[in-house]
Amino acid sequence: MVAGELPKVPTGIDGLDQVTRGGLPKGRPTLVCGAAGCGKTLMAIEFLVRGATLYAEPGVFVSFEETAEELEANVRSLGFDLGRLVADGKLAIDFVRIEPSEIVEGGAYDLEGLFLRLGFAIDSVGAKRVVLDTIESLFGGFTNQALLRSEIRRLFRWLKDRGVTAVITGERGEGTLTRQGLEEYVSDCVILLDHRVTEQVSTRRLRIVKYRGTAHGTNEYPFLIDEKGMSVLPLTSLGLDHMASDERISTGISKLDAMLGGKGFYRGSSILVSGTAGTGKTSMAAHFAAAACARGEKVLYLAFEESPGQLYRNMRSIGIDLEPYARKGMLLMHASRPTLLGLEAHLVKIHKLIEEFDPRVVILDPISNLMSAGTSLDASAMLLRLIDVLKSRSITAFFIHLTSGGSAIETTDVGVSSLIDTWILMRHLEVDGERNRGLYVLKSRGMKHSNQIHEFQLTDRGIELREAVGERERKRIAR
Amino acid sequence: MTTPANDASAPKANELWELRLYTAGQTPKSLAALANLQRICDEHLHGRYKIEVIDLMANPRLAKDHQIVAIPTLVRKLPEPLRRVIGDLSNTERALVGLDLRRAA
Repeated sequence: MVAGELPKVPTGIDGLDQVTRGGLPKGRPTLVCGAAGCGKTLMAIEFLVRGATLYAEPGVFVSFEETAEELEANVRSLGFDLGRLVADGKLAIDFVRIEPSEIVEGGAYDLEGLFLRLGFAIDSVGAKRVVLDTIESLFGGFTNQALLRSEIRRLFRWLKDRGVTAVITGERGEGTLTRQGLEEYVSDCVILLDHRVTEQVSTRRLRIVKYRGTAHGTNEYPFLIDEKGMSVLPLTSLGLDHMASDERISTGISKLDAMLGGKGFYRGSSILVSGTAGTGKTSMAAHFAAAACARGEKVLYLAFEESPGQLYRNMRSIGIDLEPYARKGMLLMHASRPTLLGLEAHLVKIHKLIEEFDPRVVILDPISNLMSAGTSLDASAMLLRLIDVLKSRSITAFFIHLTSGGSAIETTDVGVSSLIDTWILMRHLEVDGERNRGLYVLKSRGMKHSNQIHEFQLTDRGIELREAVGERERKRIAR
Repeated sequence: MTTPANDASAPKANELWELRLYTAGQTPKSLAALANLQRICDEHLHGRYKIEVIDLMANPRLAKDHQIVAIPTLVRKLPEPLRRVIGDLSNTERALVGLDLRRAA
């Protein structure tokens, strides 16, 4: 029989079900492996917790390393109340203590005791999900390796016969996925977790090594573990098949709209505003945010440089009051230090915020700061992914990029210019013995845009564009 | 010279040994374990022992409560400390070591 797609059960873990196209193979064991501290126990627990709470699938957790009390304490910070689930009959925890020093082997044996325990636990809650974390501990407790292997093989078959969807965890070995080669016994689905620390910033990634009968990406998907559990960032195919909207939205500055074919940005496009320090980039973002909120569109503002309070105050000084929008829930201002998280973690976090808040406009201020959380290659890859996510949801993306003093003004060190639909440059102009601010549209796809450099001022009514510098020159000469 | 405290092969005459054998149904391994245990006790404990057989098939909860993984498992409850020997006890030498009944010689 040619196997079609295996039936699947959703894990309920944010993003994982998208990455696996539906979840884990139903009624079969899945191997989750990775080095110590990669998050496999946590993923296994969340699989059970979500099953019990979201899908009415009770679970059994067989722990070989931590007691029930330790497990409970470890996941309490993630909002998982294992004690409650146990009390409600939705979860059974069995801690299997293997103490090699206490065991003397005096003849032939098998691991029937483990089977009985597992069977008893499954029956006691009517479990549909089982976690074994990690069964490799058995190898430390018993000397007869051949017997252990045949018993583990028997166990996996037994789990299949019981029809439970199982997650088996395994510690990563030298050159193998697991120390004891558990991957040999699990043929349907193998997931590898990875936790890397580069330049003091940690990134977690997940890769589906194998999934029988399912097309799966070979990508590494970044994931995050935070106060709500695990979330995997389901990267889309990075294709170019987004719907392109004809709808135009105002920049919030009418003269700037005029420079952009008279109508402003395209909805769902990506906009880059770059310039050196103090050229008014954030002010432009504030105009755009306020205009969107005034239209009744939700705006997610990701601030990597200033606190919300500081931003509100500064913008009030140019006559833009964003705070009322924030209070009304139209604007979500999320401030975080770029170096606090790795790039992937930022990306996952942003993705989560987008998922929860469902904005029409996302502002990143500034993307250049994210550079400090990773290499420039990573940063552009991340932006590519982010733009992809935003475009697929028709969210208009507004990126601010701070150009450092020495570098050429028309370069962005993140190398994202090709991903950008509309690029506005802001710079200081030195004209007539004055140092003024000017801006021009470097490019804007799909519209007739101005090619003039406009001087502008930051007034208490915001950005005020003056006539184009060229026009003024012409008038001056004509005088 | 051996001191009585160290001479494990000579349990005190008045000491009662409490042994518990965990099995899972009447399997050949379980039956062998019981037979072997009986033989060892007769040889070394001369009627100063009590064997309790617990069939976990009938009472699986005890497998968890008593931390049993391997079957058969023999637990020496008394004298203390608690000791465990797994297997059908066909390896008499190992079984004696495990029960702390083996003479050093």
